[in-house]
Amino acid sequence: MHLILFLIFGVICVAGAVNLLVQRHPISSALSLIVVMGSLAAEYLLLGAEFVAAVQVIIYAGAIMVLFVFVIMLLNAGEEERTKGSRVALLFGIPGMLAGSVLMGWVLLEHSGTEAVAAGALPGPPKVIGWLLFHDFLLPFEVTSVLILIAIMGAVVLASRPESSQETRKEG
Amino acid sequence: MVPLSYYLVLSGILFACGVTGFLIKRNIITIFMSIELMLNGVNLSFVAFAAHWHALSGQVFVFFVMVVAAAEAAVGLAIIIAVYRTRETLNVDRVNLLKL
Repeated sequence: MHLILFLIFGVICVAGAVNLLVQRHPISSALSLIVVMGSLAAEYLLLGAEFVAAVQVIIYAGAIMVLFVFVIMLLNAGEEERTKGSRVALLFGIPGMLAGSVLMGWVLLEHSGTEAVAAGALPGPPKVIGWLLFHDFLLPFEVTSVLILIAIMGAVVLASRPESSQETRKEG
Repeated sequence: MVPLSYYLVLSGILFACGVTGFLIKRNIITIFMSIELMLNGVNLSFVAFAAHWHALSGQVFVFFVMVVAAAEAAVGLAIIIAVYRTRETLNVDRVNLLKL
C-alpha cells in the first residue's frame, strides 16, 4: 500500500519536474513546480514527517511560489526565446543530465542499504521538533533569524527605485 | 515498506532535473525555479535519511534549508527585478555586461 502511494506521488513529482523543463512560459513552469512541491509533501507524510509536510505546503507551495508568480506577473514575462547559447546548452545539458541521473541511480540502488523504511516509522510531531529546535539547535535557529533580517534589508535595498540613489550621488 | 534507496533515487532524479533546467533554460526566473527544485530534492533525501536512522535532526535541517530557500527567493527575486529594470529583458544571454 505504501509502495503504491510512493510510486503514485513519485510519478506525479517527476512528471511535474519534467514539465517544468519542457514548458516555455514561466507561469507554466511555476505551476508545475507547485505540483512537485505538493506531491513531495505527500511523500513526507508517507515518511511520517508531518511537521515537514505542513511546512512544505505553507512555506514552499504557499509563500515562495506566490512570490515567484507575483514577480512573473509583475515583470510580464513572456515565452523565453531560443538563442545560440540555449542550443549549445540543450546539446550538452540533456545527455549530461541523463548520464548523471543513470549513474546516480545505479550507485544508489547498488551500494546503499536496501533496508526498507517503514512508513510512519519516525513520528515527527511538532512538539519533539520544537524541543530540538530550541535546545539542540538554538544557535543555528538564532543565526537563521539574523539571516532573514539581512535578506529582508537586502531585498528592500535591491528592489528600491534607482532614482533615489542617483539623487544622493548628485548631492554627495 | 519502501526501501530507502527508492527515496534517494527520487531525490536524485529531482536534483538532476534541477541541474538540467539550470543549464538549458534561458529565462532567469525559470533558472531560479530550477534551483528551488534542486533544494527540494535535497530536502527529500534529508527526510528519508532521518526516517532511516531514526534521527529527528534531519527534519530540523530541512527546516533550516527551507528558511535559507525563503531568504534566497526574496533576495534573488529582488535582483531579478533590478536586472529587468536596467536591461528590460529576462534572457540571461542578453545580460552580458557588468556596466549599465
